[in-house]
Amino acid sequence: MQDFSYARATSRAEALALAAEGDTAILAGGTELLNWLRIGIAAPGRVVDISRTPGMDGVEALPGGGARIGALTRLNDAAQHPLIQHSYPVLSQAILKSASAQLRNLATIGGNPLQRVRCPYFRAEEPTPCNKRAPGSGCAALHGFNEKHAIFGWTEDCVAVQPSDPAAALAALDAVYVTERRDADGRRIPARSFHVLPSEDPTAHTVLEPGELIVSIEIAEPATRSAYLKLRERESYEYATVSAAVVLDLDGEVIRRARIALGSVAMRPWRLDEAERRLQGQRLGGPEVEAAVDAGFAEARPLSSNAYKIRLARNAVLRTLNLATRAS
Amino acid sequence: MCPEETRFSARCLVRLTVNGQSHELEVEPRVTLLDLLRERLQLTGAKKGCNRGECGACTVLLDGRRVNACLVLAASAEGCAVTTVEGLAQDGRLHPVQQAFIEHDAFQCGFCTSGQIMSALACITEGHTGSNAEIREWMSGNLCRCAAYPQIAEAVAAAARDMSASEAA
Ligand SMILES: Cc1cc2nc3c(=O)[nH]c(=O)nc-3n(C[C@H](O)[C@H](O)[C@H](O)COP(=O)(O)OP(=O)(O)OC[C@H]3O[C@@H](n4cnc5c(N)ncnc54)[C@H](O)[C@@H]3O)c2cc1C
Ligand code: SF4
Ligand code: FES
Ligand code: FES
Repeated sequence: MQDFSYARATSRAEALALAAEGDTAILAGGTELLNWLRIGIAAPGRVVDISRTPGMDGVEALPGGGARIGALTRLNDAAQHPLIQHSYPVLSQAILKSASAQLRNLATIGGNPLQRVRCPYFRAEEPTPCNKRAPGSGCAALHGFNEKHAIFGWTEDCVAVQPSDPAAALAALDAVYVTERRDADGRRIPARSFHVLPSEDPTAHTVLEPGELIVSIEIAEPATRSAYLKLRERESYEYATVSAAVVLDLDGEVIRRARIALGSVAMRPWRLDEAERRLQGQRLGGPEVEAAVDAGFAEARPLSSNAYKIRLARNAVLRTLNLATRAS
Repeated sequence: MCPEETRFSARCLVRLTVNGQSHELEVEPRVTLLDLLRERLQLTGAKKGCNRGECGACTVLLDGRRVNACLVLAASAEGCAVTTVEGLAQDGRLHPVQQAFIEHDAFQCGFCTSGQIMSALACITEGHTGSNAEIREWMSGNLCRCAAYPQIAEAVAAAARDMSASEAA
């Protein structure tokens, strides 16, 4: 690991000021940054440790319903907070299915959606064609190992997926990332458009600007009828092959509104807009439900080795609709 | 000094307590807590398996919570209390979790064991030992290449019973 100089922020203003200096990386839980430094994905001259910045952790209820989660809240604390457990099961489950118990004691909820792709070419220690590592160098995964790669929204310039579990739940919940900047106003960025598709920029991960700090994540009204399903090669401690986050609003047996986000299928959590539209007014368990979900997959496109993910994701959605129905 | 000053600094003075003993050391910012323990304090109980958060062999308690020491900068641990496997035995008597690992034959080569034991201790105090499945889930961050998983889960369950019995007594 290349050496760097270090500072710990003691206030939010100081965190913003230090983060806005050039050549500076932000350290929250460190579970991504330390690995980037080791592999050479990042080589900053300075690191600002924001992990103890006061007033940026914990979960609180928002007046009028809803919840605010401080960006520095550790994953285990966010998932096991009573408000999140009871009112947002989809998020609690997604978090507890992420990483491991000890990693979740370090990893923060603000850092989680900022994790980068797990594509083996991106994480390679040897130089490999990868537009996200070296813009313009090509994409080794397009005709290489791409079993776990995208089925939605990819281009020939990048076929990777955003692997975050919590980000998929947050997209289904229409959560908002609240940011602050030193030299400009803060922003409220919808979780469903926080990550960048390769058609917009194959080298990018998120819309966050250098020095811009996520201070909290806000979620609106409770979503007790919600569930998260993560399909993976191991039962635990493994990234998703595909995952599904579902938030339901029911009127008896009839779907008033269904929100569905898939994880690990695209560079952003993938909302199934068309399926959501068609599910409105459908009776649970009816034959129209499957047809509606299928419509959401009309734009899915496989790569050379991952056609199986389309069927897997489609079945995951149906299963998660059932899980969400039974939750409350 | 990193902690109080806000300027970026190329050397950090770290004060921390390890197994009840205070230490004050100067480190480069890139030094991890794991390297500080192993190379500066000669506490080699925490193992360096993967050095990237994947195996759990480096698990220690940081202010009472289990973490991967290979993913923590020593500088970030300023002012913290660290417990390693070397700190568990009291007056020459093994900790109930250590004893349970021996009694249940919960290791072969032993490389993962100190991480397993630290994780097991946290798993028990967190209250995640309600069933075998729950133990397996909350211990999944500790890999064992010898695949002693069934015995490890039994040892965790036994130690949990032991510890709650001695608490009640
Ligand atoms: C072995 C392993 C398995 C994993 N498995 C999973 C999994 O199954 N599912 C899953 O979802 N994740 C998984 N992860 C990823 C893990 O959850 C993330 O690494 C973690 O959430 C990142 O948070 P952090 O606080 O540690 O980030 P850090 O490493 O501290 O930060 C990463 C980057 O994010 C930025 N950053 C952090 N916080 C802020 C902020 N508040 N404002 C602005 N920028 C910020 C910084 O630029 C920083 O450089 C796994 C990680 C490992 C190592
Ligand atoms: S899929 Fe994206 S991250 Fe992977 S090699 Fe191609 S450009 Fe790089
Ligand atoms: S050495 Fe830290 S997790 Fe493997
Ligand atoms: S006992 Fe050998 S790795 Fe676990």
